[in-house]
Amino acid sequence: MSKFQPISTYSDAEHGYELLPFKFEPLGEGEVVLSNIVGEFVILEREKLGALVNHTLDTSDPDYSTLRAKHMLREPGEQAPLELLALKARTKFVNKANFTNLHLFVVSLRCDHSCQYCQVSRQSEDKAKFDMTEETADKALDIVFRSPNPAIKIEFQGGEPLLNWPLIKYIVEKAEERNRLERRNLQFVITTTLSLATDEMFEYCRDHGIFLSSSLDGPEDLHNKNRPRPGRDSYARFVDGLWRAREIVGYDAVSALMTTSPSSMNRVKDIIDEYVKLDFNGVFLRHLSPYGFALRTKSYHAYNAERWLEFFKEGLAYILELNKAGTVFVEHYSSILLTKMLTVRDPSFVDLSNPSGAGISAVVFNYDGDVYASDESRMLHEMGDSTFRIGNLYTNNYEEIFTNDALLTALEDSFTLSAPGCSDCAIEPWCGADPVFHHGMTGDMLGRKPESEFCKRQMGIAKHLLEVMRTDPEAKEIFMKWVGAC
Amino acid sequence: MGGRMLKLSGKVIQLSSAVMPVRRQLFLLSTNPHLPVVLRGKRAFLVRGNEVPEGFRHYLAFDSVPENLPAEAACTVIDRTFAYLAENDVIAIGSDGRIRSLYRASSPHNAVLITERCNNYCLMCSQPPKDVDDGWLMDEAMELIRMIPRHTAKIMCITGGEPTIYGEDFISLVGHFKRYLPHTSLHILSNGRRFADREFARKYAAVGHPEVMVGIPVYSSDPARHDYVVQAKGAFDETLRGILNLKEFGQRVEIRVVVHKQTCDGLPALAEFITRNLLFIDQVALMGLEMTGFTRANLDSLWIDPIEYKDKLSEAVRVLSSYRVPVSVYNHPLCLVNPDVEEAYVRSISDWKNEYALECQGCTRKHDCGGFFSSGIQHGYSQSLKPFT
Repeated sequence: MSKFQPISTYSDAEHGYELLPFKFEPLGEGEVVLSNIVGEFVILEREKLGALVNHTLDTSDPDYSTLRAKHMLREPGEQAPLELLALKARTKFVNKANFTNLHLFVVSLRCDHSCQYCQVSRQSEDKAKFDMTEETADKALDIVFRSPNPAIKIEFQGGEPLLNWPLIKYIVEKAEERNRLERRNLQFVITTTLSLATDEMFEYCRDHGIFLSSSLDGPEDLHNKNRPRPGRDSYARFVDGLWRAREIVGYDAVSALMTTSPSSMNRVKDIIDEYVKLDFNGVFLRHLSPYGFALRTKSYHAYNAERWLEFFKEGLAYILELNKAGTVFVEHYSSILLTKMLTVRDPSFVDLSNPSGAGISAVVFNYDGDVYASDESRMLHEMGDSTFRIGNLYTNNYEEIFTNDALLTALEDSFTLSAPGCSDCAIEPWCGADPVFHHGMTGDMLGRKPESEFCKRQMGIAKHLLEVMRTDPEAKEIFMKWVGAC
Repeated sequence: MGGRMLKLSGKVIQLSSAVMPVRRQLFLLSTNPHLPVVLRGKRAFLVRGNEVPEGFRHYLAFDSVPENLPAEAACTVIDRTFAYLAENDVIAIGSDGRIRSLYRASSPHNAVLITERCNNYCLMCSQPPKDVDDGWLMDEAMELIRMIPRHTAKIMCITGGEPTIYGEDFISLVGHFKRYLPHTSLHILSNGRRFADREFARKYAAVGHPEVMVGIPVYSSDPARHDYVVQAKGAFDETLRGILNLKEFGQRVEIRVVVHKQTCDGLPALAEFITRNLLFIDQVALMGLEMTGFTRANLDSLWIDPIEYKDKLSEAVRVLSSYRVPVSVYNHPLCLVNPDVEEAYVRSISDWKNEYALECQGCTRKHDCGGFFSSGIQHGYSQSLKPFT
């Protein structure tokens, strides 16, 4: 049947191929990972990389097909790869144009807990000194509704924000009132330990569609050790609050975050089991931020990036075991990176964004009227460094706040597509800029990547995830389920 | 239905000589002897019993001319293979003495073939392209659309050849459907290459048909392999750009994959490619091979027992499902796919070419099963069938 041509006819061996932009990074013994701006990746033997860049890779090589399908190379005349790359890049960055979504209101610095790693809270009865006023809240709302974003999220932070409950209600109702004309997709979140939450508060949350973001550090002993409060009953209060919140506000209206203290290091399975036991659908294996009391009390230095990665890997392995045995359970930190690796979406996670999420994805209104570029920025301020205080509600207008030199410099200097050490890193498409962290640790927005704990952690997680996907196809399918569902 | 293949075209037994058509003619059938007289002039009466009312434009009878046929009436005699014909069906009778069923009102599988020309030359084409001037097929389609009683057709398919080969006339056809049969959803089978022309895609979208979808084949994430399967260099690039243009203009697109020896290994990679590059498409159809047309000429390079690729099929379905891409598996016997595919499994083979094999006798799940293309029963099917008990 000579009228049908063999497959070799359909590869342009004669005219060669062109490379499309990609970056690469060694990955274990003799292998490299190639990634492109939209986060797609291919793992190759090192020699194949050589052949690829020397234009000697054979068109019949299976890797050739893979590289072509992943848009790392194209044959002469092909236009679809460029159109698709452009489309995927636009998709990845599309949320940036919407500007600020997350607006944090620090309604009180007071707290009933005295956690040793806490960055900011105060044990004080002095409401006048540490609570936000209605006047300040009104000014903050003026700024909130200047955001061009069609979706607005207002998050109440503390301290323990429930200690200033009347102001929460005030802000919710004022925002709702303004939104009758604004017609934004308006969401509220209260970050609370739940220790002081009453049924009346939950009913209010239910009636106003307010979500609750809570804290659970692990089993009772660990949680209570991390989170001392009078009566040593933080865990019991959390569990009680959790079930009441699920009953009254809604099962999915309450989530929990975990803080990894030095005592957590050997307890990752216990922590995960606790989340499973309390019927959460996932856990966020976070590391401790180097701010506030954490730094002062040396908690932060109690474990370094390497130790934390061990903790993380052990936890992830256990979570994969659970999933393989039929319990759907997500590790959220992995999920953020995996979303960048396995989908066209950017998860818009403030701490792993490029440009940095500081100021443009999130902004913080402190109880005293100061405006910060991020939650970490105000913590840095509590330590005496006010670099990222980008304005004050009483003295600055919207334009002054968001064109603040410190903010713009931070965004520009840390932009990973141009930053030294980042721009040519193959992990960069899955990473983000963190000028506040690097400034806090080194006094420099960019930081020195070879010494950066942030960099070590991100590289460590990304390479580990690649390794897991390469060696365990079942795990890769589980990952796809984690990230594909949104 | 479901037992034997329906014969959609065949030779008539007898044409009443008085009205031997000089050209192919289309007739809308009626079985209603009480049809208002004013309507009879436009219709053909399908003689089922003894009653043969007067005044119809044409008569269609089985086996022999009815004795009580009105004088001067034109009658065509057909055999019992056409016994399925019914009220509101449309048939064509040609001067060559052939009758063809063009539209069956009771069927969800009405396809209008508007050309046999194509710019692809797929290894497994079920309708091998012919480079002939067959514009009359388009004329016939336009006439058919005017004739189909409104509201009788839920869905119709435009197929070829490559329908878009007509260019502007193809767009007119879609507009014609919209004006005459706005309640009929349309499924267009195209290779999508013509839509790489943005202006063409824009004009197609501008028709504003209320419910139309273009089904476009993508056979591999590897352009070379796709081009090989469709035997046209550069086809993948055009098809992909066509899909992008259609989606940019808000049009619905289905990706269709025929699974065979050249495409089965690449299914998971193709599924990943779709989730990464074409997440916005409306659905994916993974289809078994039809043993007809070019497939039989290329059997060695195409045939693979579906049981051998069932894990790849499962993997592709799982990947697409993970990303919430609606996926359906068509034309596969139920006993040859893994249970995890069942959520995507569809009984789908057009009624007129759907059968079951001898091995299927006694299978307890026959009614859940899609069965086979009639062509498969005739020309070879999996030896791994295993009836459910």
